[in-house]
Amino acid sequence: MSQVHEGAAAPSGAHARGADGSRDLRLTGLTKEYATFTAVKSLDLVVPQGEFFALLGPSGCGKTTTLRMVAGLDTPTSGTIHLGDTEITFEKPYRRPVNTVFQNYALFPHLNIAKNVAFGLERRGIKNTRQQVADMLELVELTSQAHKKPTQMSGGQQQRVALARALINKPEVLLLDEPLGALDLKLRRGMQLELKRIQTEVGLTFVHVTHDQEEAMTMADTIAVMNQGVIEQMGAPSELYENPRTTFVANFLGQSNLIAGEIEGRDGDHVKVRVQGAVASVPGDRAHSDSGKGWLGIRPEKVLIAEAGTPIDAPGDVITGGYVTDVSFVGVSTQYSVMMPWGQELTVFEQNTGARSMLPVGTKVDISWRPEFAFLLDASQDAKAGIEDD
Amino acid sequence: MTSTAGVPPVSTDDTTAAKPRGRKLTGYWLILPGAVWLLLFFVIPFYSLVASSLFDPKGSVLTGYEMTWHVGNYVDAFNQYKGQLGRSLLYAGLATLTCLVVGYVLAYAIAFKAGRWKNLMLVLVIAPFFTSFLLRTLSWKLILADDGWVVGVAQAIHLTDVLNIIGLTTTDDRLLATPFAVIAGLTYNFLPFMVLPLYASLEKVDIRLIEAAGDLYASPMRGFFKVTFPLSLPGVVAGTLLTFIPAAGDYVNAQLLGSTNTKMIGNSIQSLFTTQGDYATAGALSVILMVIIVAAVMAYVRTAGTEELV
Amino acid sequence: MTRARRWIGEHLVLGLGLLVLAYTFVPIAIVVLMSFNDSSTSRNVYKFQKFTWDNWLHPGSWADGMADSVWLSIRIALLATVVATALGTLAAFALVRHRFAGRSAANLIIFLPMASPEIVMGSSLLALFVSAGFGGQLGFWTILIAHIMFCLSFVIVTVKARLSGLNDNLEQAAMDLYATEAQTFWRVTFPLVLPGIVGAALLSFSLSFDDFIITNLNAGQEVTFPMFVYGANQRGVPMEVNVIGTAMFVISIAVVLGNEIVRRRQEKALAA
Repeated sequence: MSQVHEGAAAPSGAHARGADGSRDLRLTGLTKEYATFTAVKSLDLVVPQGEFFALLGPSGCGKTTTLRMVAGLDTPTSGTIHLGDTEITFEKPYRRPVNTVFQNYALFPHLNIAKNVAFGLERRGIKNTRQQVADMLELVELTSQAHKKPTQMSGGQQQRVALARALINKPEVLLLDEPLGALDLKLRRGMQLELKRIQTEVGLTFVHVTHDQEEAMTMADTIAVMNQGVIEQMGAPSELYENPRTTFVANFLGQSNLIAGEIEGRDGDHVKVRVQGAVASVPGDRAHSDSGKGWLGIRPEKVLIAEAGTPIDAPGDVITGGYVTDVSFVGVSTQYSVMMPWGQELTVFEQNTGARSMLPVGTKVDISWRPEFAFLLDASQDAKAGIEDD
Repeated sequence: MTSTAGVPPVSTDDTTAAKPRGRKLTGYWLILPGAVWLLLFFVIPFYSLVASSLFDPKGSVLTGYEMTWHVGNYVDAFNQYKGQLGRSLLYAGLATLTCLVVGYVLAYAIAFKAGRWKNLMLVLVIAPFFTSFLLRTLSWKLILADDGWVVGVAQAIHLTDVLNIIGLTTTDDRLLATPFAVIAGLTYNFLPFMVLPLYASLEKVDIRLIEAAGDLYASPMRGFFKVTFPLSLPGVVAGTLLTFIPAAGDYVNAQLLGSTNTKMIGNSIQSLFTTQGDYATAGALSVILMVIIVAAVMAYVRTAGTEELV
Repeated sequence: MTRARRWIGEHLVLGLGLLVLAYTFVPIAIVVLMSFNDSSTSRNVYKFQKFTWDNWLHPGSWADGMADSVWLSIRIALLATVVATALGTLAAFALVRHRFAGRSAANLIIFLPMASPEIVMGSSLLALFVSAGFGGQLGFWTILIAHIMFCLSFVIVTVKARLSGLNDNLEQAAMDLYATEAQTFWRVTFPLVLPGIVGAALLSFSLSFDDFIITNLNAGQEVTFPMFVYGANQRGVPMEVNVIGTAMFVISIAVVLGNEIVRRRQEKALAA
C-alpha cells in the first residue's frame, strides 16, 4: 500500500473513497484492553471529512487511547479503523495519512524549527522543502524563528511549531492530544481561536482530545463526551449542553441541578414527572426516560429566583419555601445556593442586570423555571457522575 | 470484549512503537555480549578466587596447586594479616569521614551558593581525574616533604604534637611515611567520589524547604541538621560507600606515602600474588576483605536506611 | 561591622568550598611544575631543583621504557573504549527499552563491579587466568579483557541515564511523521543519545588509561604507564612522567572547554 507516498502530498486525489466519495474517519467496535482494565469499549464513531471533532472527557476516560489507536501508536484489541474505504487498523504509524500534535509537543530538541517542520516531508523523500516550510512557518507566524532550537521558544511558540510540523504533511486527519493543556489560560484562549481559524483555512479533519469542556465547546463542530471507555453522548456543543442524555454529560458539561422525581408517564408530546409534590412536564424530546424514578434536570442559569412572595416572570410552577445559604458575586452573574424544603441545595445563577440588589444569605426565596428548559434522566444513574473534584 | 471476526488476535504487547517496545528476544540479543563479558570476567573469577583460597597452601605457582578444600587458609591468613586488615578499615574509615566533612562543604557550596558558576565548579571537582592518579599521589610526597613548608606550619601550630598524641604520626618532624600521610592521600584521591553523590542529592533539596526551616527554627544550624542534612542522606550513604570501598582496597597510597608500618591489606594481597606467588593465602585474604566490606556495607545501609525513615 | 559579618556569613560556605577545590588542585599544580624540573643532579629526591624545558623538548632522552609504556596504555585504552562503549551501549538499550526476564539480575551484575574493591576484582581475574592455564600468557590481552570489564559498567550506567531521560514521545512523533523504525533510530534516537555515548567513551578512556591496581595484577611482563610510574617510584622518579601527566590534563581540559565553547557559540549564533 503506497497510499502515504502519493497521498500526503495530495490528500484528496489518489485515495479510495467511501461509498459516498468521502474520506470519513470510521471507528467500528474499537476496543483496547490492558491486563487490568479496558480503556476503550467497543467504540463506534464516524468523523465526517473536514470536521472539527472533539473527544471530551476526564483523564482516564479512554480518549487519548482512542487517539493513539487512530495514530497507530497503540494497537486495538479488536475493532477496525477506516479512512474512507481504506482500513488502517494495523497500519504502521508512518504509513497512515494521519499526523499528531502531541500533548507536550514532542519537538525534536536536536533539530531547529525549520528542520522540525521539514521532518515529515523529508522522510517521504521530498526534496526542496524550503518553500513549503516557509509557507507553513508563515501560517503559524514563526517565520523569524526558523533557526532557533525548540528549547529556546516559549510554550505557545512550541505549540505552533508542533502544529506546523504536523500540518505541513497535509494529513487527512490531524490528531490533537490536549494541544493547549500546557499553556496558561490567556494564551489558551488565543490559541483556540487560532486553531479554529487554521482548521477552517486548511479544511482538514481535526480530531481534538481534551478534558476542558469550554475548549471543546469553543472550537468543535461536534463533541463526543467520553467516560470510562464509552461515548456517553455525541452532538453539536449546544445540543449537548441544552439537552444532555446522561447525568455524566449534565454535570461534566457545565453544571446541573438534578432533582429526584417519580415519572408518571407520557402525555402527548410531554412526559409528566412528580417532583416534591408538584407535577412538572418535560418536552418529549428532552425526556430520556418515561417510567419509574427519574432525575429532573435544570441548568442553574435557567432557574429564576425572587424574594418570597414577589412575582417571578415564568410560566412554570413557582416552588416556594427555599432560603439562600450562600452567595458569590462573580461579576457577570451572582451565584446562589438555595436550600429547598426537601433538604436539597440547588444552584442558581442570576445574570447581573442590576435590576435588583443581591439577596443576602438567609433570605427566603421562591424559584421557578420554564418547563421547556428542563430535561429528564433515568434515575439509575449516579447524580454526581461527572462532577470534578477540583 | 469479544474480538471481531477476521481481525487477527493482537496481544496487549504492542507491535508498534507503543510502550513495551521491542520483542522479548531483541532485549536478550542486545544485552548478551555485555552480560557474557561480565559473567566471564567478573562473576566467574569470583569462583576462581574462592577456589584458589581453598587450595593446598603447600603448593606454589611453579609446582602448581592442589584443591584440598583447605579452609584453614582463612584462619592462617586472618591471623597473619589481621594487622593490615584492621589498618585498612581504620584508614579507609578515617579517610571517608574526612571526605564526608570536607566534601559536604564543597557539595553544599556548589548546590546552593555557586550560582552561575555551578557547572564550572562541577567540572573542577572531577578535573583531578584528568591526570594520573599515581602522579597526583606522588605529588603528595613533595607537599608533605620533611623540609617543606607544610611540615613547618604543622609544627608551628603544634598540629604535629596533636597527631603524635593520637598516633597518626610517630615523630614531630615528619608527616611523610606516617599513617597521617596515607589517610591524607586516601582522602584526597577519593574526595570526588564523595562530592558528586552529595551534590546530586543536595541539588534535589527544595530551597524553599530550607527557607521554611529558617522560618521555623531560629538558628540556621538547627535548620541544617533538622532539614537539609536528613534530606541529603541518600547522597551521604552513596558517597560514603563510593569512598570507603575503594579506599579499603587501595594500596597505592600506603605504598607511595606510607612506610612498612602503614601497609594495608591491598599491599599484602598484591605482593602475595605477584612476588610471593602464594595464591592460597592471597585468595583467602581477598575473600575476607570482600566479606568484611559486604557485611559493613549491609550493616551501614540498614542503619542509615532506618534513620532516613525516622 | 554587622554588614561585614553578614557578608562573611553569606560567603563563608562558598569560600570554604573554593578552598577545598583549591586543595584538590595543589597536586595537579605540582605535576605541572615538576614537568619543568631538572632533576639530573639528583634523582632520588622528589623536589623541585632547577627549571628546564628539556623534559618536554627531548623525548629521546626519556627514561627507558616510558614511551613504550605510554604507547601501550594508549592502545589498550583505545581498544577497551571501543569495545566497552559498543557492548555497553547495546546493553543500555536492552535495559531501558526492553522488558525481559532477568533484568534485575543483569542490573545487579552491572552495578557490582562499580562497588567492588579493585584489588578483589584484580585478584579474582588473576585467579581465573591462572586456573584456566593462562598464567604464563598474562599481558596485553589479559589487561585488555580486564579493562573492558570494568569500563563496561560505567558505560552502561552513563548511556542508560541518557536514554531513560529521553522522552519516548519523540520517537512516536518521528514515526507519526513518516519515519520508519530505522529512520527513527538514526534520525532521532541515536543523535539524542550520542552525547551520552561520547561521555561514556571519554570516561572509559580515562579509566582505562589511569588504572593501576587491576592492571598490575594481570599484566605479566607488560608495563603500562601507571605501572611505569609505580615502578619508577622505587628507583627514583624521572621528571618526564610529569610531562605525560601534564599533557593528559591539558588535553582533557581542552576537550571539556572546547565542548563548552562550541555549545555556547551555537547558542549565541542561534539567539542572534
